[in-house]
Amino acid sequence: MKQAGVFRHAAVRLLGLIPTLLVLITIAFFLIRIAPGGPFDAEKVLPPEIRANLDANYHLDEPLLQQYFRYLGQIVTGDFGPSFQYKDWTVNELIARGFPVSATIGGLAMALAFVLGTLIGTFAALKQNSVIDYSVMGVAMLGISIPNFVVAPLLILGTAVYAGWLPAGGWDWSWQRMVLPVVTLALPVVAYIARLTRGSMIEVLHSNYIRTARAKGLPERQVIRRHAFKPAILPVISYMGPATAALITGSVVIERIYSIPGLGSYFVQGALNRDYTLVLGVVIFYGIVIVVLNFIVDLLYAWLNPRIRYDEAQ
Amino acid sequence: MKPEAETKGLDLTVEDPFAEVFVEKDVRGRSLWLDAWQRMLKNKAAVVSGVIMLVMVLMVIFGPMLLPWEPDYTDWDNTASPPSMETRHWFGTDAVGRDILVRTLEGGRISLLVGLVATLVSLVIGVSYGAVAGYYGGMTDRVMMRVVDIIYALPFMFFVILLMVVFGRNIVLIFVAIGAVNWLDMARIVRGQTLSLKNTEFVEAARACGVDHRAIILRHIIPNLLGVVMVYVTLTIPQVILVESFLSFLGLGVQEPMSSWGALVNDGAQDMESAPWTLVFPAAFLTVTLYCFNYIGDGMRDALDPKDHL
Amino acid sequence: MPLLSISNLEVEFETAEGVVKAVNGMTFDVFEGETLAIVGESGAGKSQLVLSFMGLLAENGSVSGEAKFRGEDLLQMKPRELNRIRGRHIAMIFQDPMTSLNPFLSIEKQMTEVVRHHQGLSREEARAHAVEMLRAVRIPDPEERIKQYPHEYSGGMRQRVMIAIGLLCAPELLIADEPSTALDVTVQAQITELVGELRKKTKMALVLITHDLAAVAEISDRIIVMYAGEAVETGTVDEIFYSPQHPYTRGLIASVPRLDRISDDELQAIPGNPPNLLELPIGCNFRDRCSEATEQCLERPPVWRATSGRTSRCFQGIEGGEIVNE
Repeated sequence: MKQAGVFRHAAVRLLGLIPTLLVLITIAFFLIRIAPGGPFDAEKVLPPEIRANLDANYHLDEPLLQQYFRYLGQIVTGDFGPSFQYKDWTVNELIARGFPVSATIGGLAMALAFVLGTLIGTFAALKQNSVIDYSVMGVAMLGISIPNFVVAPLLILGTAVYAGWLPAGGWDWSWQRMVLPVVTLALPVVAYIARLTRGSMIEVLHSNYIRTARAKGLPERQVIRRHAFKPAILPVISYMGPATAALITGSVVIERIYSIPGLGSYFVQGALNRDYTLVLGVVIFYGIVIVVLNFIVDLLYAWLNPRIRYDEAQ
Repeated sequence: MKPEAETKGLDLTVEDPFAEVFVEKDVRGRSLWLDAWQRMLKNKAAVVSGVIMLVMVLMVIFGPMLLPWEPDYTDWDNTASPPSMETRHWFGTDAVGRDILVRTLEGGRISLLVGLVATLVSLVIGVSYGAVAGYYGGMTDRVMMRVVDIIYALPFMFFVILLMVVFGRNIVLIFVAIGAVNWLDMARIVRGQTLSLKNTEFVEAARACGVDHRAIILRHIIPNLLGVVMVYVTLTIPQVILVESFLSFLGLGVQEPMSSWGALVNDGAQDMESAPWTLVFPAAFLTVTLYCFNYIGDGMRDALDPKDHL
Repeated sequence: MPLLSISNLEVEFETAEGVVKAVNGMTFDVFEGETLAIVGESGAGKSQLVLSFMGLLAENGSVSGEAKFRGEDLLQMKPRELNRIRGRHIAMIFQDPMTSLNPFLSIEKQMTEVVRHHQGLSREEARAHAVEMLRAVRIPDPEERIKQYPHEYSGGMRQRVMIAIGLLCAPELLIADEPSTALDVTVQAQITELVGELRKKTKMALVLITHDLAAVAEISDRIIVMYAGEAVETGTVDEIFYSPQHPYTRGLIASVPRLDRISDDELQAIPGNPPNLLELPIGCNFRDRCSEATEQCLERPPVWRATSGRTSRCFQGIEGGEIVNE
């Protein structure tokens, strides 16, 4: 019954992803296409026949709706088409180059944020209303308020320029070059998760079932670990969906500041160069990533929460 | 502090002469807001933040008028000069000799303005959407909320960037674009509140009297949403400021000669090794603002909804 | 030696409005194998009394006095020492079975952890023991149901599970805090009956907290009547029911529906509400609601004790006993 519940839950949610993705692709596609001027307008000197050639090559001479369905068909087969600016590259190739880098930084940042955030939040909850609690939460609020792009230069200035401990930027898959970007990216998420955990942990610690656990004579450590932790991190689990989106967004800035050749860098470059196919491709690709990760988070939540498991199985 | 006996005696005579009438008219309303206000005043972080923000707003509005420099004036004698009293560039100058203080205050105008206007945009969309969905309920509600769910799953920051790329960068578009993608939370909250308000006696009474739906929503539902909405407005403003500065930092936001804190941080980050002050001051203004707004929002939430605050 | 000896126990809560004294100078003993009922309206301090010596007060609460279990003061114990007693020698069942079980853990985990921790049983032993206990509280098909989660149980069934958890280590003392209040009327009787029956079988002592005097008549040996944080009357069940001394006790008895009294107007609730603990009346706490109050009640009545050992805090009947304290 347990497995059946999760399975059904998964199937229902999986079907729910389709309209979301369709809306995502549709909005993104038409937004790009209603842009004043075509993608080759910047290159004004193009002779008409070459221009027509280019348009035909990229199917820009077809009616809009036909282009839309052609694009949709392409995406279903996993093809994002060629890049307008990086002439010899397809968008797929650019994604394949950039995404592993971005995913590594993002994944590490997420792991760091989850571990650190829940630990700090639990700690603050256990010391509720003490000086430690207030200072930790004050710092957490700062972590939420201070933008990535302010933290990054300051970190570079402190640890790289003045102290010389770490490289200021660049990318070679070495841990030294990962430290600063991962920390910068994780910081606001750590802070947010810490606040979230503190709040829910305090609530859980006041619940009747925790009182029961204490009345059983279990050591406080076990009460927290076994009885309080899981319910207290449920809000954190549901936050991980939005957190993914925040990390991906943040990576756009981080990669630029630390000169990391990730997907975010390509995206910004594409945006600045009006590389429509690249921008469109990356938006849709990231949309898919976020939607899929949300779906996984959703499953995780259901798996952790016996009540949902049960309801779905009924 | 006065001795207890004395204040007790005095209290009666000092009392607001209108208080009695007021109390009779609307006991619940008065005490609710008054209670909230008093709880808010007890929250030191929120009060301090409020005062700082007030000072910040005044500085940003009047500062540039009082300072001896124009934001785009280039002081060729003092390029990239550190903060100093003598040159009268208290925050120093950037690489082309522009005064950082006046530029920071000017940038603050844009940042705060964007924060305010874009929040208003999201407020209008979110409140009307949420109120309608919650009020009509049923199928309407389900469809409307499903739409919100779908949009929620989209990487909205990328859509803002997409909008900027497609339509070019201009300030009105920034307002609309940021506001248009930021209304989802507001819609959800308002819908939830409306659902619970809908079944209260005063709304049912109004409906029984034949008041039409539009009037009920406008006169009875929306005023009662005020508390929640205020909290969310306060929490949305820093988010919006952050999004704008994010865009400007990437070079996709406001354009020269206009500036905002994000754009200034971006400029400063380029020169931070030789002239760190160009980074530090705008960054500090931006961070302090976001920090304060978050504390005010938190304080308001706790004050209006004390059960959340254990 | 009594199993549990409470003396002069006080519980205070710090609130925004001031310090609330929820329990004021309670002194009583619980003997091995007996059933003691603590009866009073909600807010009388019954729950806080037991929570205090179990170390389960809310953060703003503090306790003073003595609570000796087998001669050791529970109030002086460090958390580690207290944890050796809780769950093993003293077990507790709470008021609200719907929220007292952890919704995220299976019944099996919530049961086996107790014996595994206190008695060091292996997983299999603990499981077998837990199944046995579920059978003892009459959960049908316990081998299967032990795998389930609390939400798959009804309220009455959850309370049975709570009782089973309480009994796992065969404690010397079981404290049941309104174990049936939150349940359906028909289930209430079953639960109370079950608790009484299990107590007889296991020979443990039982402290039963309730607002319902009638419900405990059958299964208790002695009764303490509490009002506004104090014991107003103590005695055996017979003493309390057949010759109640305190007007409050008489009021409680009068409000119990009985088959031999048919007319409605004889069944009467005590008028008024329990006093605000922040502003207790001058003199007797019960004065405002007492139909028999006199001028004398403006003074605080002392506690008197009869030769039989029963006590009352009232000027009535004072000549039949000896004054114990002011």
